[in-house]
Amino acid sequence: MLIVMCLAIPAKVISLKEDKAQVDFGEGVLREVNVTLVNAKVGEYVLVHAGYAIQVVDEKEALETIRLWNEILQTEPEANI
Amino acid sequence: MIEKLRFRDPELAKRVTKKIHVVAPEEGVVKICHVCGTHEWTITHFGLRNLLPSNVEVIAGPGCPVCVTPASEIDEAAQLALKGVVVTCFGDVLRVPGSEMSLLDAKAKGADVRVVYGVGDAVKMAQKEPEKDFVFLAVGFETTAPSTAVEILNKPPKNFSFLVSHRVIPPAMKLLAGMEDLSLNGFLAPGHVSTIIGLTPYEVFPKVYGMPTVVAGFEPIDVLFGVYMILKQLREGKPQLENEYARVVRWEGNRKAQELMQQVFSLVDGSWRGLGVISSSKFMLHNEYAAYDAHLKHGVKVERGVDIQHGCRCHEVIIGKIKPTECPLFMKACTPQKPVGACMVSSDGTCRIWAKVSTLKK
Repeated sequence: MLIVMCLAIPAKVISLKEDKAQVDFGEGVLREVNVTLVNAKVGEYVLVHAGYAIQVVDEKEALETIRLWNEILQTEPEANI
Repeated sequence: MIEKLRFRDPELAKRVTKKIHVVAPEEGVVKICHVCGTHEWTITHFGLRNLLPSNVEVIAGPGCPVCVTPASEIDEAAQLALKGVVVTCFGDVLRVPGSEMSLLDAKAKGADVRVVYGVGDAVKMAQKEPEKDFVFLAVGFETTAPSTAVEILNKPPKNFSFLVSHRVIPPAMKLLAGMEDLSLNGFLAPGHVSTIIGLTPYEVFPKVYGMPTVVAGFEPIDVLFGVYMILKQLREGKPQLENEYARVVRWEGNRKAQELMQQVFSLVDGSWRGLGVISSSKFMLHNEYAAYDAHLKHGVKVERGVDIQHGCRCHEVIIGKIKPTECPLFMKACTPQKPVGACMVSSDGTCRIWAKVSTLKK
């Protein structure tokens, strides 16, 4: 199995037990990951790197990013290229 | 919910590209450096360089931990493997050239070298096979180092030890920022390293070097927006530190991970393949965890190795001084099947990423 060293993939937390969580990477790919480094709840998305969740994905921030992008793109003049 | 977000929306990509052309300078060249293999993958895979104005360059810095691991540290692992110790490592490390052999070569000679998804899997193997000695070659930047810290603090079994090879990125960025012949204008800071360390370690770049620095995510629009934010700062003449990847990167980073790393590691000067020694750039185990240090446990220490093979120009690729296609060995003597330099081995390596895309084009 090859991994890209700085690659981290979001996965949804299905269940939690002590420092381990069962997560869903999508399309039925389930795996146990270590959650020592984060405070994740069931149903939240975590960023997983080499079997360890390294951060909880902030859904509000994700939506805010998209909103901000659209705002910036709408308010500034466009170029003719 | 997350899957439905528009991080790859082609319409949004077109619009941000237009904005990039608006804010890009009319004259002169802008050089933006990223320091993450996954950024290089996104940029190359999605052909983002073709969308940028001709005077805006995005170059790949030393963002591939496997590529900067010096040959001496591969040599140590290979020596242990040949001595009968089970060496576990990430898949990317397996074929990285040592001075004389890679870990895959050692495996071909009969050594027990095993690829693991993460350090936790290696510890489990050691628990199941208590009669054997296990070593984990712990390569990786700040994204990976916390997982090593977690396992050390969990007290792995007595037959388990570590060759700690973790390195930290900001000192390497400082080295690049100070290279006058590179003349960089901005940094696209690595998203997943920043998940752990936060933004504070990058404050020096806008403040001291006057370089706009933007932490960016890994979707194509993340990268395009990061480039746009840097160009906008340059146009306004106000270099700042900004976070484009707020959905996972908090300003303070992951405090828990930082605490665990501080408990276990101290920073020492470290040699980077192709870059030389960078001060305070490598993690070493604190004395109280010396029992888990494979150097002490197995009496192995290689001071110097052969980092760059004859003709290989990885040391120039790694700082973005040349493109992989400018190396005479690229896709001739050096291919993903038979790599000469470390940059052609890891899927994080610039040469390897370019090789894959050039193959796809054919």
